[in-house]
Amino acid sequence: MNTAISVEHLAFTYPGVCDTPGVAVFEDFNLKIEEGSFVAILGGNGCGKSTLAKHFNSILLPSGGKVYVFGMDTADEDKIIALRRTTGMVFQNPDNQIVANVVEEDVAFGPENLGVASPEIRRRVDDALKQVDMYEYRQHAPHLLSGGQKQRVAIAGIIAMEPKCIVLDEPTAMLDPRGRREVIDTITRLNREKGITVVLITHHMDEASKAQRVVVMNDGAVVADGTPQEVFAQVELLHKIGLGAPETVELCWQLNQQGFRLPLDKLDPEECAQALYDYLKA
Amino acid sequence: MLKDITLGQYFPGNSIIHRLDPRTKLIVLLVYIVALFCAVNWISYGVILVILLVSIHISKVPGKSFLRGMKPLVFILIFTAILNLFFTQGETVLVHFWGITITLEGVVRAVFMLGRILMLITGTFLLTYTTSPISLTDGLESLLGPLKKIHVPVHELSMMMCIALRFIPTLIEETDKIMAAQKARGADFETGKLMERVRALIPILVPLFISAFRRADELATAMECRCYQGDVGRTKMKLLRYHLHDFVTFGVSAALLAGVLILRNFGL
Repeated sequence: MNTAISVEHLAFTYPGVCDTPGVAVFEDFNLKIEEGSFVAILGGNGCGKSTLAKHFNSILLPSGGKVYVFGMDTADEDKIIALRRTTGMVFQNPDNQIVANVVEEDVAFGPENLGVASPEIRRRVDDALKQVDMYEYRQHAPHLLSGGQKQRVAIAGIIAMEPKCIVLDEPTAMLDPRGRREVIDTITRLNREKGITVVLITHHMDEASKAQRVVVMNDGAVVADGTPQEVFAQVELLHKIGLGAPETVELCWQLNQQGFRLPLDKLDPEECAQALYDYLKA
Repeated sequence: MLKDITLGQYFPGNSIIHRLDPRTKLIVLLVYIVALFCAVNWISYGVILVILLVSIHISKVPGKSFLRGMKPLVFILIFTAILNLFFTQGETVLVHFWGITITLEGVVRAVFMLGRILMLITGTFLLTYTTSPISLTDGLESLLGPLKKIHVPVHELSMMMCIALRFIPTLIEETDKIMAAQKARGADFETGKLMERVRALIPILVPLFISAFRRADELATAMECRCYQGDVGRTKMKLLRYHLHDFVTFGVSAALLAGVLILRNFGL
């Protein structure tokens, strides 16, 4: 497999204002993300996960080290457009990333910027809206949509540029549970059916457990990296950095503290119930 | 409460007026206004009125909405009529009281002016009622395109207009939220003297402005991420194209203007 995103010895410091010293977020950060994978980046507030995401799209440039996206150096100004069309970015607040006052016009914004021919834009827009299940809303005004729908329109706007990778920076933080499910289902499907590399930045354990790989960050460093089962079994570590494990793992772990011997790799409620059942029966 | 505000009210529809190219509508409106101001006699006014009424009928926009749109302008209309009524010099005196004279010429002139302004406003309403804001900005951008040569930032202006239209409802919603939050903490916007009420608005405006700036910043980042680099190498999903009905409309309005000018110069 090819590497989609490669972060090598990244150092980054937010510049200080006036006399206050800058805040160093990363000192020597390394990460590789494989093409076609679905990676969740987990971490508490202020651990640097959003700062990291902004490096994938040259919104921020490293103060030291290199970030390569599909082989392109993010610091290379000539490649900035090529880079941004291969790696799309979805932000937290859906309201602040929708430009036009008609859904389809907004989805067309990206390809229009890329200078795609009109009939091709039409095709891409229809296609993207169908993929996020918003086709019947194409003539609607964005402010009349729900949060989840707006966020799906934002995702469609990115898909219409036909990127190889989508980075989502806490896309569900402002959504209700239903909107969250819609968004997560959509990106899971895009990853599976279209082979688009997905980097999901989140602090929701249940969302991260949908990924193939979970990277846990704390204080600008990776503290755990592996499949959701591997990572979430390290409950003590997660607690130490102020995160929780998914509910099911948390339950088994708490029971284990009381002397039970339950497995910690059951992320699905059904599996967890089965494990409990098997344990009690034995 | 604030949500009811609509700007440039648009009535979606599929009439031939709706389907006209926005550029056609803008140009025709301009021709129509020129014709209106060149018209000097009853025949020209009559013809323009008939054309206007026929256009409204074709557009299927409910006539009531035109009347509703007039409401805020009633004062100006009455003012214009009265001014013309009292201050037109003439021969045929109709009434004379308290040193004020109303002449027949004054009455005729007042009716003329009132009719002219009413038709002007109605024509403009017809444009905004049948054209969506986005196609209106598209049309303007395309019509003003030649100004790019003399470095007028036409694309940027139309982009700003488009974004402003997009964010009006969002900011109104936000204002509602801030007002509710302030009310919950005992703020009073409804009573008190004018100055007190104006002062009560400051705690609304400050957070609104801060949030608007934050939104602007995030939107700019999001636009950059979607490869926005201004006008350079940009294409459009919906291309504006003149159709047969656009040319017919141009023909009709040119004929109207010519007719009005002939009537004016030959005093028929």
